[in-house]
Amino acid sequence: MTAKRDFTVKRVRWGERAIEGVLFLAAALAVAIVAGILYVLVSESASFFAQVSFHEFLTETRWTPTFADPHYGIAPLLTGTFMVTLVALSVAVPLGVIIAVFLSEFAGEQVREILKPILELLAGVPTVVYGYFALLFMTPLLQQLIPGLPGFNILSAGIVMGLMIIPYIASLSEDALRAVPRALRDGSYALGATKLETAFRVVMPAAVSGVIGAIILGMARAVGETMIVAIAAGSEVKMVFSPLEQGATVTAFIAQVAKGDLAYGTLPYQSIFAAGVALLLLTLLFNFFAVWLQRRLREAY
Amino acid sequence: MSAEATDTRAPIDRRNASVAARHRAGAVFIVVGVLATGLGLVTLLALVASLVESGGRLLTPDFFTHFPSADPARAGILSAWVGSVFLIIATAAIAIPLGVAAGLYLEEYAPKNILTSIIEIAVNNLAAVPSIIFGLLALGLFVQGLNLGQTILVGAMTLSLLILPIVIVATREAVRSVPQDLRQGALALGATKWRATQDHVLPNAMPGVVTGVIIGLSRAIGETAPLIVIGGLSFVAFLPIATPGEQMVQFVGIVDQNGIAVDPTATAEVRVPAGATVVLPTDPAEHVYAQAETVTLPHGAMVEAPASLASAATTWLPSFWLKESFTAMPIQMFNWTSRPQQEFRDLAAAAGLVLLTITLLMNGLAIWLRYSLRRRLRW
Repeated sequence: MTAKRDFTVKRVRWGERAIEGVLFLAAALAVAIVAGILYVLVSESASFFAQVSFHEFLTETRWTPTFADPHYGIAPLLTGTFMVTLVALSVAVPLGVIIAVFLSEFAGEQVREILKPILELLAGVPTVVYGYFALLFMTPLLQQLIPGLPGFNILSAGIVMGLMIIPYIASLSEDALRAVPRALRDGSYALGATKLETAFRVVMPAAVSGVIGAIILGMARAVGETMIVAIAAGSEVKMVFSPLEQGATVTAFIAQVAKGDLAYGTLPYQSIFAAGVALLLLTLLFNFFAVWLQRRLREAY
Repeated sequence: MSAEATDTRAPIDRRNASVAARHRAGAVFIVVGVLATGLGLVTLLALVASLVESGGRLLTPDFFTHFPSADPARAGILSAWVGSVFLIIATAAIAIPLGVAAGLYLEEYAPKNILTSIIEIAVNNLAAVPSIIFGLLALGLFVQGLNLGQTILVGAMTLSLLILPIVIVATREAVRSVPQDLRQGALALGATKWRATQDHVLPNAMPGVVTGVIIGLSRAIGETAPLIVIGGLSFVAFLPIATPGEQMVQFVGIVDQNGIAVDPTATAEVRVPAGATVVLPTDPAEHVYAQAETVTLPHGAMVEAPASLASAATTWLPSFWLKESFTAMPIQMFNWTSRPQQEFRDLAAAAGLVLLTITLLMNGLAIWLRYSLRRRLRW
């Protein structure tokens, strides 16, 4: 005779608990990584800002931490980043949005099944290969069109970076466009609008939050991209006023300085973390902006 | 009355003309759309063509079996591809279990509370963090904080953190698409939650998980910036592992990156095997030992000897090669691209061709897997 078991009492299965605990720890690691990033950046740049004033960091127009006469103004790096991003977006936004509208509203199922994988492949190309492409293919090409263009320039790096982020913008925008309900298109056709008019005057406004989100995500990619700029845009840190000049971005500066042997704990070493803080703040700013815009523009169906 | 009739016809005519124009605009847009999408293909083709043109002829067996060299005619990618292989093995070993476990937790176990939202926010934000920031994290925390050195282990940990969000998100999506019936069926038959997850949810989610893992690893193979920041070397003329009989170089005592003793006055007792060559830090002459001997050598002395079977075997253990310094394919390519000489840029193109082939094959595999999956799976 077996002992009577009380089924109203829940048995504690320790093995199950342990597994759940392990899985939880793996998930919590994501929080630990974010905390680690913040800790490292904040602690290293705290030592940096103990020696360099915020005022100099924000207003000085020279950034020369490794020179004998060091200056620590982030502005030149920011102008470089801004200029590259501007060039990249002026390539990627029109093309990305046109591709998204074309794939979502005009292309048939079969065409889409062929074209989308090609775009996805483009997103998988290593950035160092794009860097090679910018320096040794795009720059000579541009030099034939623009005489006097230096061998290292923002324009070439920006254009290739734009080509690189087209797949992100196109694919995310297409998702947003396809999420617009059919009824809106049918209503537009019923009123006599053509396909193109429906696409740009009905579907696009309805999906605008998603499309803008996609563009801002592409922008964050451009700001954080390192290798293309480090290879093709040159290493001279200065205020950048034109895409035809050479110039360094925040990311390119970090890569360039970290490449050499740095003495730990010195001001140049800490300066790459201060630049990292500026970079992270910039990316986070874009993310918050995207979320805010999406919340503002979201229309529920 | 007739005037009224013409009045109504006129606008209709005008509108007819404009309808044709409006449809023409649509046709024009289709052409623009095809051109814009085609530009992606053209870019890919131009990329491959420019790499093949400069580097195609260099893709000989020698290119894969030679170390990098100051002489471009003899330079190869041996240490780079071996380094990449070890980096990816270690990265996969770290990122796959962690990513899958985290994805399973968030989909199957996580209660709806603040802690879970914090984890989800962290995962989503990690995906947006620029890769070079992960390099700064690794430099500050792993290399400096934990003093792990600029090793394969640190490189793999860095790349793991970088691709963790990709693996987590792919796992979550795959697990979410497993129908509820399967879980309930298993639970109804008395399976515990983990049993149901392990035996039914995970196997059915596997194709989606594998797709995400392949995309993540292909990203890790091509990633350059964080490895440069933590100090992946751009010139490595040795492998992290040894084969028996191969000359192995060891430095005595504590030395820096260049083999220079940290404390030049320190000495250590070393067992020098037979046939070994010893070079003292102070004098370039080579001392050959015919018989094995135990000698006292200053730190920074170089002992070069053929590896015995046992000492070669130990280098194949992860505990050994994880602690070796490394280079990798993208670092090697970056180094060659940055040199002004055309010969080195051709080498960069050849390395880029290898890198591009690997990543495109992996991405193609993942895309094919996803598409065939979508066609096959009908729950």
